[in-house]
Amino acid sequence: MKNKIINIFETMGLSWAVPMVKLATGENPKEQGNALFQLLGLPLIAIMLFLGLWSAMAAQVNTSLGTLPGPSQVWAQTVNLYAEHKEERAKEVAFHERQEVRNAKKLEKNPDATIKVRPYTGKPTFFDQILTSLFTVFTGFLLASVIAIPLGIACGLSDNLYTAVSPLIQIFKPISPLAWLPIVTMVVSAVYVTNDPMFEKAFVTSALTVTLCSLWPTLINTAMGVASIDKDLLNVGRVICLNWSAQVFKIALPASLPMIFTGLRISLGIGWMVLIAAEMLAQNPGLGKFVWDEFQNGSSNSLGRIMVAVLTIGLIGFVLDWLMLTLQKFVSHEKSAAR
Amino acid sequence: MTTVHNVEALFPKEGNVITDNCNEKSAIPLARKNYLDISYVSIEFPTSLGPFKALDRVNLKIAKGEFISLIGHSGCGKSTVLNIIAGLLQATEGGVVLEGKEVNDPGPDRAVVFQNHSLLPWLTVYQNVELAVKQVFRNKKSKSEMDEWIRHNLELVHMSHALHKRPSEISGGMKQRVGIARALAMQPKVLLMDEPFGALDALTRAHLQDSLMEIQRDLNNTVVMITHDVDEAVLLSDRIAMMTNGPEATVGEVLEIELERPRHRVALSDNSEYNHYRREVLAFLYERQRKPAEKTA
Ligand SMILES: Nc1ncnc2c1ncn2[C@@H]1O[C@H](COP(=O)(O)OP(=O)(O)OP(=O)(O)O)[C@@H](O)[C@H]1O
Ligand SMILES: [Mg+2]
Repeated sequence: MKNKIINIFETMGLSWAVPMVKLATGENPKEQGNALFQLLGLPLIAIMLFLGLWSAMAAQVNTSLGTLPGPSQVWAQTVNLYAEHKEERAKEVAFHERQEVRNAKKLEKNPDATIKVRPYTGKPTFFDQILTSLFTVFTGFLLASVIAIPLGIACGLSDNLYTAVSPLIQIFKPISPLAWLPIVTMVVSAVYVTNDPMFEKAFVTSALTVTLCSLWPTLINTAMGVASIDKDLLNVGRVICLNWSAQVFKIALPASLPMIFTGLRISLGIGWMVLIAAEMLAQNPGLGKFVWDEFQNGSSNSLGRIMVAVLTIGLIGFVLDWLMLTLQKFVSHEKSAAR
Repeated sequence: MTTVHNVEALFPKEGNVITDNCNEKSAIPLARKNYLDISYVSIEFPTSLGPFKALDRVNLKIAKGEFISLIGHSGCGKSTVLNIIAGLLQATEGGVVLEGKEVNDPGPDRAVVFQNHSLLPWLTVYQNVELAVKQVFRNKKSKSEMDEWIRHNLELVHMSHALHKRPSEISGGMKQRVGIARALAMQPKVLLMDEPFGALDALTRAHLQDSLMEIQRDLNNTVVMITHDVDEAVLLSDRIAMMTNGPEATVGEVLEIELERPRHRVALSDNSEYNHYRREVLAFLYERQRKPAEKTA
């Protein structure tokens, strides 16, 4: 039981939790205390030092919007943003209540009256922007994966196909998202014309930009993973006469899953970075736009709010990476011994 | 073009010479002796330095139920011969005929035990065998029959205790046992083994050799096994085919091992006949086919 918990923590990359479990079960306190200090204490000290340094240095920098905010101001803004979010939500609830009451009265007078239900159109809060960004990045990332994984498998299985598309991959891979953006924007406005759009154009543009940039690592890693499968494993499939699709789904795909996940992890990381840039540049809703709006706004709180956003971007990026890493460990064959 | 390269000329595909339904009295001895017929097999690999002729006119006739070992120095082309029999490689000239039918593609009638076990690491022991059984006996066995057959074959190699473990959780010897079980479970006409015990320590190897002899006594399979180990070859085989050094390697000599079965390694260790066979193989390998020093390194 205990070992199972420890194993899960280690797979999840939470190695600092292991000494805690061991301490709780009464293992050699001195040794575990040392381990805890190494795994948890040292990073905490580093963070403290960083905060102190930031606080001291920030006070020295005078910008046109006042001195650079230190950790305490940034924290104050975080609280502030949360309060604004609460307020906005309360307004929304109130709006819907008023609307319902109004509609109910209307129906009372005349049961055949056509009633209107209007959506609330308040300003998106910081937390709304976070959700928008997350939704956009996952859409773009999913689209990229749906294209890259099958194509990568095909490239890995066929040398000819790989030779054929390799130059294209090499050229498209290093293109900056900022270069894609104008093209994607124009193409989306030209092609995506419907009267009743399911998604906003801005969302489609951001998601497609993410797709274009996060396609390549998955594609390359999948192709490499499939191409480097032990020949004997594929020969096993040939000896028992697996047909083409069984060969792919029963052997090639599972065998290259760890490599595919490595690619996916890199892709998601790139996608997140690209998304913020795209949102800033193209004024597409999301965290990037929040930063840009605050920058344009230029109130005395702006710098603090931007810093909150920057730290949030980092934190989310970290969590996404950790999620992918954990998934990757769960699918890798070596680790499967632990299950 | 040299004299006889066209196998189909020798053994027409719908041939009347060695198919099972022909005149039994005269056909059986020939069919038995030529159960697996490797004739005039040559292969050239295209390389950056031009074509590389690895095998030159390899001839070997193997009888049904015979256990034959291929021995030779590293890189001479043993695996290549085996892969051609398996249908994983295509001979440039000559061909392989099994039970009167020319071999062109891989198939479960020629099951392969690979050197490094080649179990799928994401499947359990049971599932690894199941994958093969489900494929080979599709529409032929019911679900419960398949289950029984999988368990039976894993029982044969003494692996019933680890049915639901993954390859990473069992030892190298056990993995190789499962690899053998998977091959046996295909009920092949010929069992092909490429250095099945090469990666194992001496003790484990001895255990597995004993297991294999036991299985062989019961099932009497036709087996072609590659080995580097002279003792292993003499202990297990009915005949040993010794290959010359490459390039353009071929079967140099074939040694008939007429030791009585069952064979026991301890009893044989001071058996003069056994030691005579050993000496023969060693003499072939280290006197007649000595490897240049720099290549053996
Ligand atoms: N696909 C290939 N392309 C080019 N050359 C090859 C290829 N496969 C094998 N060879 C060459 O053919 C020769 C025989 O190889 P093979 O693997 O059959 O040797 P082997 O006797 O099995 O060696 P070992 O005992 O080390 O396994 C070697 O010289 C090898 O370099
Ligand atoms: Mg070999």
